[in-house]
Amino acid sequence: MSDQTDLMLQVRGVETYYGKIIALKGVDVDVHRGEIVTLIGANGAGKSTLMMTICGNPQARTGQIVYDGQDITTMPTHEIMRMGIAQSPEGRRIFPRMTVMENLQMGASLVDEKHFDDDLKKVFDLFPRLKERISQRGGTLSGGEQQMLAIARALMSRPKLLLLDEPSLGLAPLIVKQIFDAIRDLNRNEQLTVFLVEQNAFHALKLAHRGYVMVNGVITMTGTGQELLKREEVRAAYLEGGRH
Amino acid sequence: MVHQPTETTTPEGAQRLDEERAAAPEIVPAKDPNSMAESLKDAFMAALLAGVLGFFFLGLRTDIAPGGLVMTTRWGLFITAVLIVFAGRLALNIFVFKTHKPVTRTVAAAASDNTRSLERVAWWLKRILFAFALVLPFFFTYFFPQRDRQFIDLAILIMTYIMLGWGLNIVVGLAGLLDLGYVAFYAVGAYSFALLAEHFGLGFWMALPLAGILAAFWGMILGFPVLRLRGDYLAIVTLAFGEIIRVVLLNWYQFTGGPDGISGIPKPTLFGLEFKRGAGGFADFFGIAYDPIQRFIYLYYIIFILAIITNLVTMRMRKMPIGRAWEALREDEIACRSLGINTTNTKLTAFALGAMFGGFAGSFFATRQGFISPESFTFLESAIILAIVVLGGLGSQIGVVIASVAMIGGIELLRNLGFLQHVFGAGFDPTQYRMLIFGLAMVGIMVWKPRGLVSTRDPSAVLKEKKKIGADMVAQGEGH
Repeated sequence: MSDQTDLMLQVRGVETYYGKIIALKGVDVDVHRGEIVTLIGANGAGKSTLMMTICGNPQARTGQIVYDGQDITTMPTHEIMRMGIAQSPEGRRIFPRMTVMENLQMGASLVDEKHFDDDLKKVFDLFPRLKERISQRGGTLSGGEQQMLAIARALMSRPKLLLLDEPSLGLAPLIVKQIFDAIRDLNRNEQLTVFLVEQNAFHALKLAHRGYVMVNGVITMTGTGQELLKREEVRAAYLEGGRH
Repeated sequence: MVHQPTETTTPEGAQRLDEERAAAPEIVPAKDPNSMAESLKDAFMAALLAGVLGFFFLGLRTDIAPGGLVMTTRWGLFITAVLIVFAGRLALNIFVFKTHKPVTRTVAAAASDNTRSLERVAWWLKRILFAFALVLPFFFTYFFPQRDRQFIDLAILIMTYIMLGWGLNIVVGLAGLLDLGYVAFYAVGAYSFALLAEHFGLGFWMALPLAGILAAFWGMILGFPVLRLRGDYLAIVTLAFGEIIRVVLLNWYQFTGGPDGISGIPKPTLFGLEFKRGAGGFADFFGIAYDPIQRFIYLYYIIFILAIITNLVTMRMRKMPIGRAWEALREDEIACRSLGINTTNTKLTAFALGAMFGGFAGSFFATRQGFISPESFTFLESAIILAIVVLGGLGSQIGVVIASVAMIGGIELLRNLGFLQHVFGAGFDPTQYRMLIFGLAMVGIMVWKPRGLVSTRDPSAVLKEKKKIGADMVAQGEGH
């Protein structure tokens, strides 16, 4: 997996600022084709900032982000999305007044219309709950359903790389399991590459092939999911206290 | 009784507590045995307050007379005002404040509960209104031959506002960009046609598309600097833009004629046929008797068709990716961008398309009036158009129609309330109170129907059966 041609996303020395405040202090992250990579860390560590920086909003001030051999550091967001990256942003951000169907159509805006029916069937197989809610407004769905919708909407754009920002946020453990199972299925059956930002370190590390730990805008640890789960520092900081 | 989570309280305990709470008898406020007496007392206090406050304003009046001020008393007015306050407060007490079944709740329930029957009413209403609008000029010439000109003129005015409302609805209702300067595009359209006619001798039909294009161009010029703005800030900039256009028109004397305006704007022709008396005119060509009403009927049908085109384009756009992107933009801009939508283009197309229809309406306005000046394009116009869109329900096409008829027709109705002079004394002019009445109507709408008269939103895409989204589901959506 360490072969360079397999490298899908390469983040090198990225520094991101909010005004004068530095949020990312030189971050290096690699995501290989077909992997699930997770980024864990405490509140305010800069996890979501890294995800947003990959999407070009805000843009990195220094450093480089290479996707599929192409430098995307200074590209506008909508063009990055056109290259096969899809994002389920933090807080889901579904369109509350539009129906489930319309939300999914919005997700497919970049894709040829002829794929729509097939893709729709695919996401309904993955999340059957959404099919029941097809003509319901996004805002009236439960939190878990909204998260499913956010992921399904991202999948409608036929991504090669899926960025997920805290899909477990505010969800019951059972729903979290459903969503993580869906991510695992996608990765296994469709070879979808997933970059997952999570607070729920236990589940995220169990799911992921590799993980990164971020503290105050710096990557402090990296390793396979199982390795990180066993590390004392990780257990102390992210697992024992919260009791997942 | 506060239950803090401790070692002894388990989830089972919390659940039991919930069940206990659910089983507890519902708390009903004790019925006040003296509610009528209470109501009377309260109404009396309100009347007393009105009497004290209003004494100097209503009861006394000073006039300038030779030798100093003369004070006259107006007891009739004073007592009427106090009695109105008493009766109004009493009625409110009995029916709303001090009853367990306020009528307002019944009204609100009736308005929101039977969405299904309302839906059917709306379905019929649309078709009936359309059919009526189609035959409207002939209806009036047949049934009101004495006043047909006045009625058709009013219908033209209402139709113009419907078109403006539909145009603004693209920007405000669909794309969610609060535009307080829409009248600027109306002005651009009107002046484009007037100046093209004056300098190049273009007729209405030649100038109409050009006016639309110019207005759309100005829409984009406005769009660029405000791309990053939303909500209040956007409203302020668009407000300023509207005023800038008006002030430029007012002061650029050599080009626009300044406050003198432009007169002698040509009337529209029907394939070159003018609506005039004598040989070569419309009546002469078709061998019918000349009647000035023919020109009004023609004007009515022009604006009717323009408005219908606006509506059809909007409805079609909503089903297309760009229209869906507008609505998504209104909901969540960041999510839009993360789905690969170019928000810059999306906003600019909304501005340009809305402005284009404003420009069409503007050149129609110019040809109808035959004379335009910056006076016609004040902020008040923008406010009225926006009020029509907001009162009708953001994004609702039929709502705009209802609100236009109510607001523009309402002003006209006030002019015909001369009999009120017998009640309030000579010199009482109901039209002077129109802003007050609009204000009250707005407050009423915002209290009872905070999302406008028609707050249901038709989904633009459906899988199998069509299902309307009820107002109750729209009411407190997340993120709003």
